[in-house]
Amino acid sequence: MTDITPRGDEFGLAKASADSTPIPDQEPSGFFKQLLGFWVTFVTMFKKPNTVQYPEVKEPTAPRFHGRHQLNRHPDGLEKCIGCELCAWACPADAILVEGANNTADEQFSPGERYGRVYQINYARCIFCGLCIEACPTRALTMTNEYELADDERSKLIFEKEDLLAPLRQGMLMPPHPMYPDSTDTTYYRGEVPGSHPSQETTSHA
Amino acid sequence: MNASDLLGTDPGWIILVKGLLIFVFCVVCTLLAIWAERRWVSFMQQRVGPNRTGKFGLLQSLADGVKLALKEDLIPKAADRIVFIIAPIISATTCFMSFAVIPFTGNVNLFGHKTLMQLTDIPVGVLYVLAIASVGVYGIVLAGWSSGSTYPLLGGLRSSAQVISYEVAMGLSLVAVFIYSGSMSTSDIVAAQHHWWFSVVLFPSFVIYAISMVGETNRAPFDLAEAEGELVGGFHTEYSSLKFALFFLAEYVNIVGVSALATTLFMGGYHAIPGLTFTESWLGGWFTMVWFVIKLIGFFFFFVWLRGTLPRMRYDQFMKFGWKVLIPSSLFWILVVSTLRVMSQRNENRMVIAGFTVGIVLIIVAITSFYESAKRKQAILDEVGEFPEPSFPVPAIPNIAISQSAISQNAKEQIHD
Repeated sequence: MTDITPRGDEFGLAKASADSTPIPDQEPSGFFKQLLGFWVTFVTMFKKPNTVQYPEVKEPTAPRFHGRHQLNRHPDGLEKCIGCELCAWACPADAILVEGANNTADEQFSPGERYGRVYQINYARCIFCGLCIEACPTRALTMTNEYELADDERSKLIFEKEDLLAPLRQGMLMPPHPMYPDSTDTTYYRGEVPGSHPSQETTSHA
Repeated sequence: MNASDLLGTDPGWIILVKGLLIFVFCVVCTLLAIWAERRWVSFMQQRVGPNRTGKFGLLQSLADGVKLALKEDLIPKAADRIVFIIAPIISATTCFMSFAVIPFTGNVNLFGHKTLMQLTDIPVGVLYVLAIASVGVYGIVLAGWSSGSTYPLLGGLRSSAQVISYEVAMGLSLVAVFIYSGSMSTSDIVAAQHHWWFSVVLFPSFVIYAISMVGETNRAPFDLAEAEGELVGGFHTEYSSLKFALFFLAEYVNIVGVSALATTLFMGGYHAIPGLTFTESWLGGWFTMVWFVIKLIGFFFFFVWLRGTLPRMRYDQFMKFGWKVLIPSSLFWILVVSTLRVMSQRNENRMVIAGFTVGIVLIIVAITSFYESAKRKQAILDEVGEFPEPSFPVPAIPNIAISQSAISQNAKEQIHD
């Protein structure tokens, strides 16, 4: 590893000022040289524009673009959110509201004791900084690449839990339903639950 | 039969029709000019600009105009209501008036009446245009003053100072045209350019006019009146809705106006470019209007090109340029032109004229080189300067002290040379 502490004159500001070449003459260059600017703008007129015709043409965002949030699920469909509110506390814009509740034997929404009963993100406030994602202990909250969030009313910009929850994929069951047989929340977090089990199916939501 | 005789026979209804046509021409020009400017500037910045409303976005400015008209019209509490309303009306009416003396075509047939597309031809036509332009400044000044707010006031003041200063240079640049054409009537000036355009013969005048017309219309790089970074929107900060639209209209009609005047005075007006004069009789003479419009578009492109290329000037630089460069050089040029004119009218010996011209060129070269060397010496002196001895102990700045002494030594040697 290189030592980055400045020692004497050969590092830091002293070195920078010693290395720097004197600032070139600030006087404007010759008249005809200045006219070159006109040539630049003229030639640019015949170059291909960079514009993307947005609503018709949609270019993919950068892979890590901070878009709309998503509440993820375990492979059997149970929610990953445990209602701990760490995201809400991390939020610098106070855009997240979480109310946790206890899972019961009849209504199991997430593995373990607690689940997020109310989950709201106010996109009129959200600044898409991603601190909530960093705060989430269960990887329940992530961000998608979706950016078309504009709307004509403030109330429509408050996204509820249903709006944020990830869709059910192959093998997932709509909670509430019991946990995978012979599993604990630890099993879930270790990723040892492969998908839903027939015994988890309940009549109430099927 | 010359232009003023021909115009004198116009019946009342023809004059009305012409007035209407001029008005329509100006408004359509404005709509297209706004669109064209936005498109051209976009291309210069590798964008595409408005391209959604209508074909190629041609209806964009119409849509914007409708939007502006339907917006809420606010009058600030501190504003002087009457003047606040009158100001945009002054701006928007005066800008159209200068078109009355612009000849758009040569002799044509308008609804069976032999005439030419020029509303009127007064003997002091160009002076009339300058006078109208000065009245137009009132719109800006009053708008800034009546808004009852600081930024508009400053913007209005700047703008009026600017327009007045550049009007002097503009007026002086036109003097050479008057001397050469022997008239101030626009149709006579166009007729005088039948062989040689004044932009060639009186090139320095043309350059000065081209610069001062940009200053006159408050356009980039001289758009200090609406320097967003300093004055929000300048004189029209407090304006909204239709009143704002009127200022916008006035700005663009003014641009078309000064371009039309430049076309008339320097680019041969409605005449075809040399070599294509046979086209002037096409469409019963109406084709001359095509030439006029082509030249107009050329000037407008120049405006847009300037805006796309040059950054805004600083106010003091701008004023210095107007008063210390443009006006003295125009005065000098007028002196030269009038001397040459008198000489050629007296049929002086060609050798005398040639000698005079060479002498003038030599004087210019001498002044320029003297000025340049004086400027260089001053620049060196400025750079060296005198470091004030601080009254308290300060640590030596590494390296800079050395290079400073090296520079000063170097500079002193240069001065002694």
